[in-house]
Amino acid sequence: MKVEEQAVISGVGWSQIGRRLHRDPLELAADACLAAIHDAGLTADEIDGVSTYPGRLGSTPGITGAGVDDVRSLLGLELSWHTGGVELAGQLGSVVNAVLAVGAGLAHHVLCFRSVWESTAQDVAAGGRAELVAASSHESVQWGRPYGAGYATYGALALQRYLYESGATRAQLAQIAVVSRANAGHNPLAVYREPITVADYLDARMISDPLCLYDCDVPVDGCIAVIVSRSGSPADGAKAVRIEALGSASGVRRSADMMWARTDLKPSDVDVAELYDGFSIYAVRWLEALRLVPPNETGAFVESGRQIALDGELPLNTGGGQLSAGRLHGYGPLLEACRQLRGDAGAHQVPGRPDVAVVSSGAEHFSSCLLLRR
Amino acid sequence: MTGSRPAPAVTPRSAFYWSSGQDGTLRIARCQTCGFWLHPPRPVCPRCRGRDVAPEPVSGRGTVWSWTITRHRLAPDLQPPYVIAEVELVEQPGLRLISTVVGDDDLTVGQSVSVAFEPVGDVYVPVFVP
Repeated sequence: MKVEEQAVISGVGWSQIGRRLHRDPLELAADACLAAIHDAGLTADEIDGVSTYPGRLGSTPGITGAGVDDVRSLLGLELSWHTGGVELAGQLGSVVNAVLAVGAGLAHHVLCFRSVWESTAQDVAAGGRAELVAASSHESVQWGRPYGAGYATYGALALQRYLYESGATRAQLAQIAVVSRANAGHNPLAVYREPITVADYLDARMISDPLCLYDCDVPVDGCIAVIVSRSGSPADGAKAVRIEALGSASGVRRSADMMWARTDLKPSDVDVAELYDGFSIYAVRWLEALRLVPPNETGAFVESGRQIALDGELPLNTGGGQLSAGRLHGYGPLLEACRQLRGDAGAHQVPGRPDVAVVSSGAEHFSSCLLLRR
Repeated sequence: MTGSRPAPAVTPRSAFYWSSGQDGTLRIARCQTCGFWLHPPRPVCPRCRGRDVAPEPVSGRGTVWSWTITRHRLAPDLQPPYVIAEVELVEQPGLRLISTVVGDDDLTVGQSVSVAFEPVGDVYVPVFVP
């Protein structure tokens, strides 16, 4: 039996999510974690594992609102297994690890969470993001320092290269931001809900040509948690979301290929796609890596906006994605996929309740994806 | 671009790269066993795992792999707008540097460029010109 069959996502929970909330990040973490535990039909005493990304960090204030030990002590958990780290297989590597721990019998119910406090941290730090990035001591950041490179630089370079290789236009790819925003309009959890048009996108302020404001996800405060439980346990009830296959390789394409190699399902079986969009170009990369769209054809595929709309052939980022719902770092897409499969996404529910969802997180060499079904 | 270019953090591994322009020559780490160029420099060749890696001069010629004009302030010391380019050196496919192209803000992917250097404090920052 493959490891994915030994675990299910038994519960989901979320805190208030928003810009500059100025609330205690531990309070937000507690709200999400306790909600997920309750949703799984469990009590905190039954949680014996914790898994998070990236966990407590010494640098980059706000990237972590709460770490493993914060949540352990906060909720008085007695753990037989825990992990948290920045070098996981993408942000959802924390869920992959939980599945492995449950499959190995090290834990029965693993609380997985992603807690962010970036919006308030940037508000508190004079000067904001630029200083946070400059303070990073990672070598890859330092090589770009004399040239003034920041995170957006790498999104811009990727987008420029994609436009060149594919022949796609910004007006075509604009639909990723436009459709995400339309979906966010139906999602009370999303931070930006006012509709935008392709014209708005083309008029938007440039961050780093050709990357504009609407290509960038939005830092928020908040926490999302899910519970990974042993299959067949009391938490494995009617609401449980099944894990069909996981991909955790070093690289977006390798992760996607690994995931497809672990299932008999095919890209054409995917009913809804919740893809990492730290920058919109990353969603494009995932669409093509997952073979949902042929290489270099995303421009034509998304151009009308209809294919990726809530009622389209491949609904994309149905809760608004990170672009409009906020940077919950892979956990936003995961929460949304679970709610879609459970049929409880409310006003942004895809018609005809989907059977199969794909979720992805990360970019470049830190990436992971999950194929989920109900 | 206005404001002074920030100096890089010079480490024992990167020191040769940032001082290389002193004689007008760009140097890149190269595996002395199999000839593979590697950047950023590392003490092990990722292709043959050889441990004999040393800086060697390169032609300084390359093509623009991708480029961007920074419009929003991403770094504390530099005032936008300014160009950042990813340049692929002619020596090896995939051998790419984050740098800039000066003297042209309307670049095209694939365009040929060659290296120049800007002194910043004690170091020589490689930049490219059309």
